[in-house]
Parts: sequence; structure tokens; C-alpha cells
Amino acid sequence: MTKPRYPGYDVLAKRNTPSWDEATRKVVDKRLATPDRPRFLTRDEWSVAAAFCERILPQREDAAPVPLAALLDAKLLADHGDGFRDADMPYMREAWRRGLAAIEAEAKTRHGGRSFASLSDEDQDRLIGAMADGGLGGEHWGDLDPQKFFKRRVLVDVPGLFYSHPSAWNEIGFGGPASPRGYVRLDGDHRDAWEAAEATPGHEKKAERDNRHVV
Amino acid sequence: MLSNPFSAPRARHGRAPDVFRHGAWVSMREHRETDEVDFAIVGTGAGGGTLAALLAEQGFSVVAFDAGPYFRPLEDFASDESEQNKLYWTDRRVVDGANPIQMGGKNSGKAVGGSTVHYAMVSLRFRPEHFSARTSLGYGADWPISWQEMWHYYDLAEKQINISGPLTYPWGPKRPRYPYRAHELNGAGKLLAKGCEAIGINWTETPLATLSAPLSGPEGKSPPCAYRGFCRFGCTTNAKRSALTVWIPRALAAGAEIRDLAMVGRIETGPSGRATGVHYHREGEWHFQRAKNVVVAGYAIETPRLLLNSADQRYPDGLANSSGLVGKNLMTQSNQAVWGRMDEPVRWYKGPPSLAITEHWNYDDNKDFHGGYIWLGQGPLPNEWASIQTGARGLWGQKLRDAMLDYNYMIGVKMVGEMLPNEANRVTLSDDLDQYGLKVAKITYAWGDNDKALIAHALEQMGRSIEAIGAKGIFLQEDDTNHLGGTARMGSDRRTSVVDADCRSWDIPNLWICDGSVFPTVGGVNPALTTQTIALRTADRIGQLAAAGEL
Repeated sequence: MTKPRYPGYDVLAKRNTPSWDEATRKVVDKRLATPDRPRFLTRDEWSVAAAFCERILPQREDAAPVPLAALLDAKLLADHGDGFRDADMPYMREAWRRGLAAIEAEAKTRHGGRSFASLSDEDQDRLIGAMADGGLGGEHWGDLDPQKFFKRRVLVDVPGLFYSHPSAWNEIGFGGPASPRGYVRLDGDHRDAWEAAEATPGHEKKAERDNRHVV
Repeated sequence: MLSNPFSAPRARHGRAPDVFRHGAWVSMREHRETDEVDFAIVGTGAGGGTLAALLAEQGFSVVAFDAGPYFRPLEDFASDESEQNKLYWTDRRVVDGANPIQMGGKNSGKAVGGSTVHYAMVSLRFRPEHFSARTSLGYGADWPISWQEMWHYYDLAEKQINISGPLTYPWGPKRPRYPYRAHELNGAGKLLAKGCEAIGINWTETPLATLSAPLSGPEGKSPPCAYRGFCRFGCTTNAKRSALTVWIPRALAAGAEIRDLAMVGRIETGPSGRATGVHYHREGEWHFQRAKNVVVAGYAIETPRLLLNSADQRYPDGLANSSGLVGKNLMTQSNQAVWGRMDEPVRWYKGPPSLAITEHWNYDDNKDFHGGYIWLGQGPLPNEWASIQTGARGLWGQKLRDAMLDYNYMIGVKMVGEMLPNEANRVTLSDDLDQYGLKVAKITYAWGDNDKALIAHALEQMGRSIEAIGAKGIFLQEDDTNHLGGTARMGSDRRTSVVDADCRSWDIPNLWICDGSVFPTVGGVNPALTTQTIALRTADRIGQLAAAGEL
């Protein structure tokens, strides 16, 4: 397990500083309170989605988990997508319903009736890799192109959900919300006191101390 | 408690939001639907918003419609990428062709102020020769307006928008000093400069529509930019000079009416063949507004869609379409990039994303393809950066998560490149229906050989520039496009264009089109300033035509 680059940095510590305004607090609070249960997806779809998203962006033990299935379900429930579809693809909601069903069916066909969620990480990754490389298709997919589903939907929607979560901002050292305060030191090697401090070899403790004062 | 800008219109009962003050209102003149207003304008972005202000200031009665909400930037905008998707046109559309255009934030807006609410504020002039691309450079089509005239109106636009820019601009004929000083460069901007110098080409500070000093006067009340870096997701301080903060307040002060959450679905024509008004959907039902003139300003997808959806017995192929060119010659701009990792932190999330620019390849004709391009410094926020990692490199799983860890060390430069007009690239109607029951746009696009040659050239040059300053692990983002143009081109011959130089349709004298759709070519620069410039000229021409009794 690699050590965190920005130890102790928590973008949420800035919630009540001039870097966050009311509109932002409301939006992020709501995201963090996303119900962890299926509202748009069925229970079965949810269980495939949870296992599937976990392989697209694996969680880390040392970081707060990002509840991807819940965030995906909320996105689909609100139907907040990009709106357009490729001429040979369905719109977002239908694409996900059909995609998840096909992934589950592929798992069952290949692994003696076992569900996708019950497969090992390696088997799940193998199936996803085949989808990414154009190696899937056939009866379970109908006219949905698995590779296109992966490229145009999965790799657009899932990372977008993950990197909208404060836990992910902490991990990559992103400053996060910044209104109205903004920034003063615009150079990369000049850090404002309210930006993440990076652990450099031998100075991990200092970074951790600095990050406790990121407010 | 804030009202929800999506649940009910805000501009009504004689008032509209004051975007400069929390919870405040400005008074708004209202018109009855039975009043035959001088101008009904469809769309309030760079074309329609500008025209609404300038026509109202000349004393014309104006009602401007926008399908989107009337945001209060100080209250409605979060510092959050995914929340701010609410600024984009995410209604249904269908894309196809060899290189289908990905629709969304980079080429659409659905709000009062249009896409200028979230544009990157890059405010550039075309190269003079780009207005006569066919005769001067041998490709595309000529504009029916001379570059000298355009440059006169560029002067006015830059002044009225209060553009921040460099003291002297390295390319093209002399231009006046920019009204506001250039912004300080961030880390990404300085590296672009270093990269250009390393390969021996010029760079400069990007002319930007965001204030570098306070503004307080009749033209607005705004603080300077706070460098928070969320420019492309709506500016929360109003330092951004968008149609919502520049032209709409002027329009209201001059007596124009704005109707938000008002989707125009059809333009009506009368027995004389002239437009008589617009059918629009607001608060759950269809209405009809009478008008002496109709201006369509919905940008390169919605403008042709409305003209095609307005087909009637007299005009079975859609309005203003005797040339058959409505919807054709759709152009986007190539938006490829190169990315790499530096040894020192860059933290590109600070400040406007594109603080530095090189326009070298718009002014150098020593190339074996047509057209030109610029490149700009970049500062994608985490969502967009993840989408580049997945889109350009196909990363997923642990590899994706690991690659994202280098976020603060990355740099990149991104082109805005000219794509050539081609009738096969077009907007037609799909059988899919949107939430209003209207046929949605089908957008067909393929890159031509010239487009591909230009992209290859740009990728090579951009790659050299960041390699020269020590970027490691360089990778190319080869499949990205942005701005649009061309689906109702202007020209001097009614057989080969949809509107004349005044943005007046050849077929229906009281139907006008004033937005990026009228561009015969898109040049190698971001289009918003040129769209506003066209609107400035059109407003003057309408005034002159009215005075001569020729409206």
C-alpha cells in the first residue's frame, strides 16, 4: 500500500472558511448524504453496479470510501447525463440498465451461473478488460455495442462520480471549492496556506502538520 | 431562501434578477403577446444577448427568449464541476458520422447568457485573411464582410466587454491596447511560455473576458478575478464578462424583456411569407408572441433545428432554406492536446485555465494544409482530467487511480484548430422527441483529410514544445473537439448562403440569424468574440436599414 501523497489533507476542513460559499456547501453536503440504497436501480442491478464500479475505481483502505453505486444510482434517478446519444446507442438510463444486465449474464455464462459480484477481482477484471478491448458481444448484448458502452458510458460516468467526491480531491491534492477566496500564489511551487501540502521524502511529518492547518 | 431557477421563471411581473446583487431585482418592461414587438430574439448568448441590448438601446421593442434558467451567479453557482453541468444543454440529441461530436459543456449552454456563462473567456480576433479564406488563402469560403470592418467592430467589442490582455499583441495588424491589463500568469501559463520560447515561436498573455481590476460604472459592477479556477463552471464573483453580466443588464436597462425558461419551438409565417412571431413553451403551456422581426440566435445546433422544425406549407424544407444549406457546413474546431508530467508541482487548478497562448500557426502559411490553429495553457479540474485519462489513454482500475495521483504535476497545451466547411457535416432532424415534444437535432460529423493533417501538425508542434521543457510521459489526446459554427452561413450570394452580411435571411426579409451559425469558416480561434462582434455590426445595420425604411 502506497502512502498518501497529501497526508492529513481534508478538503472538508475548509467547509466553513472563505473557500466555500453557501451554494457549494449545499451541493457537497447533499452529495455526501446520498442514500446508500437503490432508488433507480433494482437490487440486482445495484449489486452488479457496486461490484463493477469497484473495479473501475478500486477503493483504498487508507482513504474514505466513495460510494459509487449510490452516486451512480442518484445520477440515473435524476437523469443528469450529457443528454445526447450516439445514433447506435440508447440514452443513458437505458444504456446502464442493459449494460448491467449484460455484464451479469456474461458472468453467469462464463462462470457456471455465478453472479458478477461473486467473482474474484481477477475474473471481474478479465471480463471488463474484454469489454474494453472489444472482445465481448453476442446474445447478451442485443444491439448494444459493449465496447462503446464501456467507452461512452462507463468511462464517462463512473470516474466523473468518483472525482466529484471530496475523498478523491484529498487523494490527488486538489484545492477543491475556492469561492470566494480563490488563490493568491499562482505558481505551482508556491502554495497558499489553504492548499494541500505534499509529503516529500523525509518530510512526511511536516506535510501532515501543514495539512492540519489547511483552513 | 433561494428560489430554484429551474422550477419557475424569474423574469416576470415587471422585474428580473439583478445579477450583481444578492436577492435584488431590476425592473423589466413587459410586453403582451398580442403586441407586435419589433424584435423577438430566440437565444440570449453571445449573439442574441448582445443584439437584445443593442437593439433596445436604439429604441426598438425587444423580447428575448431563452430555453434555460435565469441564474444569479452570486447565489446559484457552486464551486463544483458536476453540479455546474446545469449550465449545459443536456436535452436529447443524436450524434453520428465517422467522428461524432461529443455534446455538452464545450459546445453548448442552456441559460440566460447562453454558453458565455461557462466559456473560458478566451477573446480572440480572427486573422484578417481568414475573412477572405477562399480568395486570399484558397480554401473554405469568403465572408461577405471585410476584415477592416470586422476589426473596427472588434475594437468596440473589446472595449465594451472590458477585455484584459497584453500591451502589444504579437500577431496581425496593429490593434488598440486592451482595456484592462493582462492577468498574471499561473504555473501552467509560464510553462506554455517557456515551451514556446524553447521551440522559437511567440507567445503572449491570452486576451480574456475576465476583469483584472475592479469595474464600477454604467457597464457593470464587478470585482477583479479571484483566480479560483472554476471559470468553465460559471463565475461566482461576476469577474467574468459574459452575456449574462455584460449585455443582459444593458438590455434590461434599455427596456428589453427577457423570458427565461421559454423554449421556442416554431416560428410562424403569414400569408405574405414573412415571419409573424414565435411559438414558445413556458410554465407548462405553449404561447405565441407576435413580432415584426424574428432573430434566431440558438447556436449552430439549435438554430438550424428551429428553422427545420418550423417547416410549413409554404416552406416545406424549413425556413430560410431555399439554398438547401440550413444545417449544412457544420463545423467544429479541433481541440486536441498533449499532456505530460513535470518534475515540479504545477497546480494548474489556480486561475483561469488558459492564461497564455500562441497564435503562431494562424499566421504562418508555410504548411502543407489549409487553415490555422492556436494553442492555450490548460488547467482541467479533476473530473475533466479523469475523463482525459480514460478517453485518451483508456485507463481504468488501479492504473487510473494511480495516474490521477500526479494531478498537481501535470501540464498540457490544447489547440483550437480550424476545421473546413463540408456540406456532409450537418444538422438534420431525428425522430427522437425532446421534453417539449419537438424533434431533436441529429448531428453528423466526419473529419476531412485537411482536418486530420492540421491536427497531426498541431500535435507534433505542441508535443515538441512540452518535451523541450522537460515534460515526461507525454501522451496525446487525439479525439476532442469544441466550438461550433456554420449551419446557416452568411454570404453574398443567396444560392450559396442562408443570410447576407447583415445576418438577414435571403428568403424571409424579417427573419434574421445572429450567432455562430452564420460563420462561413471558423478560423483557428475561439469564436465568442467574433460572434459578439457580428452582433454589434448587425445592430448597427438594422438601425441603418430602419432609418432608410428598409426593415
